[in-house]
Amino acid sequence: MLLLIQYTLIFASVLILVALGGCFSEHSGVINIGLEGIMVMGALGGALMLRFLSPDTPAILIILLVMLASIACGMIYSLLLAVAAINFKADQTLVGTALNLLGTAAAVVVVRAINMASDPNNVSSTVSYIATKKALLVRIGGFEFNWFMLVALLALIISYVVLYKTRFGLRLMACGEHPQAADSVGINVQKMRYAGVLISGLLGGLGGIVYITAGVSEWKFENGVAGFGFLALAVMIFGQWKPVNIGLAALLFGLFRALSNVYTGFGALVALHIPSTVYNMLPYIISLVVLAFTSQKSRAPKAEGIPYDKGQR
Amino acid sequence: MNNEKKSKGSLLRNGAVQSLLASIVCIIIGLLIGYVVLLIINPAGAAGAIVAILKNFMYYPSAVKATQYFGSTLVKACPLLLCSLSVLFAYKVGLFNIGAAGQYVAGAGACLYFALGFKMPWYVCVLAAVVVAAALAAISGILKAYCNVNEVISCIMLNWIALYVVNMLLSTVKDPSSPYSLALGSTNAAAALPTLGLEKLFANNKYVSIALPLSVLVAILVWILLEKTKLGYELKATGLNKQAAKYCGMKEKYNIILTMVIAGALSGLGAAFYYLTGVEQWAVTQTSIPGMGFNGIAAAFLGGLHPIGAIFSSYFIQHITSGGAYVDKSMYCSQISDFISALIIYLCGFVFFFKLWMNHMLDKREEKRAMKEEKGGEA
Repeated sequence: MLLLIQYTLIFASVLILVALGGCFSEHSGVINIGLEGIMVMGALGGALMLRFLSPDTPAILIILLVMLASIACGMIYSLLLAVAAINFKADQTLVGTALNLLGTAAAVVVVRAINMASDPNNVSSTVSYIATKKALLVRIGGFEFNWFMLVALLALIISYVVLYKTRFGLRLMACGEHPQAADSVGINVQKMRYAGVLISGLLGGLGGIVYITAGVSEWKFENGVAGFGFLALAVMIFGQWKPVNIGLAALLFGLFRALSNVYTGFGALVALHIPSTVYNMLPYIISLVVLAFTSQKSRAPKAEGIPYDKGQR
Repeated sequence: MNNEKKSKGSLLRNGAVQSLLASIVCIIIGLLIGYVVLLIINPAGAAGAIVAILKNFMYYPSAVKATQYFGSTLVKACPLLLCSLSVLFAYKVGLFNIGAAGQYVAGAGACLYFALGFKMPWYVCVLAAVVVAAALAAISGILKAYCNVNEVISCIMLNWIALYVVNMLLSTVKDPSSPYSLALGSTNAAAALPTLGLEKLFANNKYVSIALPLSVLVAILVWILLEKTKLGYELKATGLNKQAAKYCGMKEKYNIILTMVIAGALSGLGAAFYYLTGVEQWAVTQTSIPGMGFNGIAAAFLGGLHPIGAIFSSYFIQHITSGGAYVDKSMYCSQISDFISALIIYLCGFVFFFKLWMNHMLDKREEKRAMKEEKGGEA
């Protein structure tokens, strides 16, 4: 049971971080389908940092450096979306998809190049970080507390405050609802949208490293992040683009994702003789069903996905 | 002379020519960035690697061998073409069919199970693939039409669901000693697509089948459907403005679902055209979705979202993907071609801006000339 809670919390942390990223981007008016790719890039930055740091480094330093590497990678990568979508008015769905494909391909190319440089016979796309990963964890009885859980909680609170209680947040949301109106009162729409996309890069990158350190100590980058970026988007829609609801939705989805990892520990579930693949499918099926019921009265930002054109009325 | 200039200007204004130019620019920039990445990894063999990717089957000095591998590239280009048709068909109707990958997986599962499990002849297997893939796509269509679910999200979820289901289904017809599904040729030869002697054109590459001419035929049919029929017109109108289409008396919900069904059928057909040649078996342990559907997006946009353009662009994408196998493995990995095709998709996002800029430049030039002529007249 403790294990289930532990996995639920860590997967929920990933979903909270990434869904909040999507939330910021969409509130500014840019659809970020590329979260999956941003996660891969963030994961790559963090994983390489974990791999090359010495295990003797103080734990707090490891955590900070890893977070910094992931955030930097995520933000730089999200710039690709920002430039294309904001300056060049590109189709945001197309660019987002390209970012997803590019993220995985680039990560594999980079990891393989690094692996081959250290050992010519090692052609795998796996990065392992067994020793340094321990710095992220604190054992409390049978419960493995991961510092990233705290980070996700903080991100949730900060996001709520920023979006609803600060001038910046309210202006950001104005740009996603009615950019022309926002522009008319002197808000720089381009700048706000850049901010939205970069924040989504920050949170997405962070979510990436949390995902690949959840329960495993090595990651095969050929798999990308297995559709988790899209699950996060589903969480965001289910949470109606509101931070608190996103937090709750993430817990629900996290629970179903965790079940596929730990269902063998429950006698009742094993007795049902359901193949493990069904548990793997569960989060995706649930999200489809949930979306079918919640999308009708969608509270999506009105201007999302539409490139801002000053001349338009 | 003036006349000639004018015709040159209008040629550059032609949409098809602009699309072609834009695609070529995308390819060149994509390859250049790929080259730079190779240079960073290992400067010694970068040029060689790019040449290897572009040469693909011409890597073999013997003409027989080269023709044979040319055939293999074509065999793989067929499913890619159909996936790209699936993407572009949906895109013309305002839907982004990122689910082509999942529909392809579903089609593969259906045709292989009908071939290996039920021992059906090839035409039944092809039909099964088409129907199952269309049904999967219909789910996205129904969710979009009646529940307002974004088709991109629902397609992605279905991609993963399809992968897991197909893995589970095909484990029942897999080779006991390996993770692959049973070989088509030895288990049920009747399920293999007929070749009609086409293999002789490609130095007896036995995987070349009727899939090749049929794929091209389907591309032409899609073009006719989109451009020359009432149905195509209605579908495109629905994509441009759902409300307006409804106002004109079109069944907009039905049209959305129908579009997804056709798109799904195309992807499923692509899967049948690939797996029923027996060129590859399905690995039931695979944990990532085959890239065919995603490459289809690249091919669709690189082809300027035109079915005939897609024929050439999907060949090109497959050409460099196959070419990735010939890079020097001691220095680079074959995924460098995936990287380049992903770059090309990204660059395709700029095509709209490129065309805008080009028209702007042409306008400016004409304005200047008009001014000059005016001045000349005064003097």
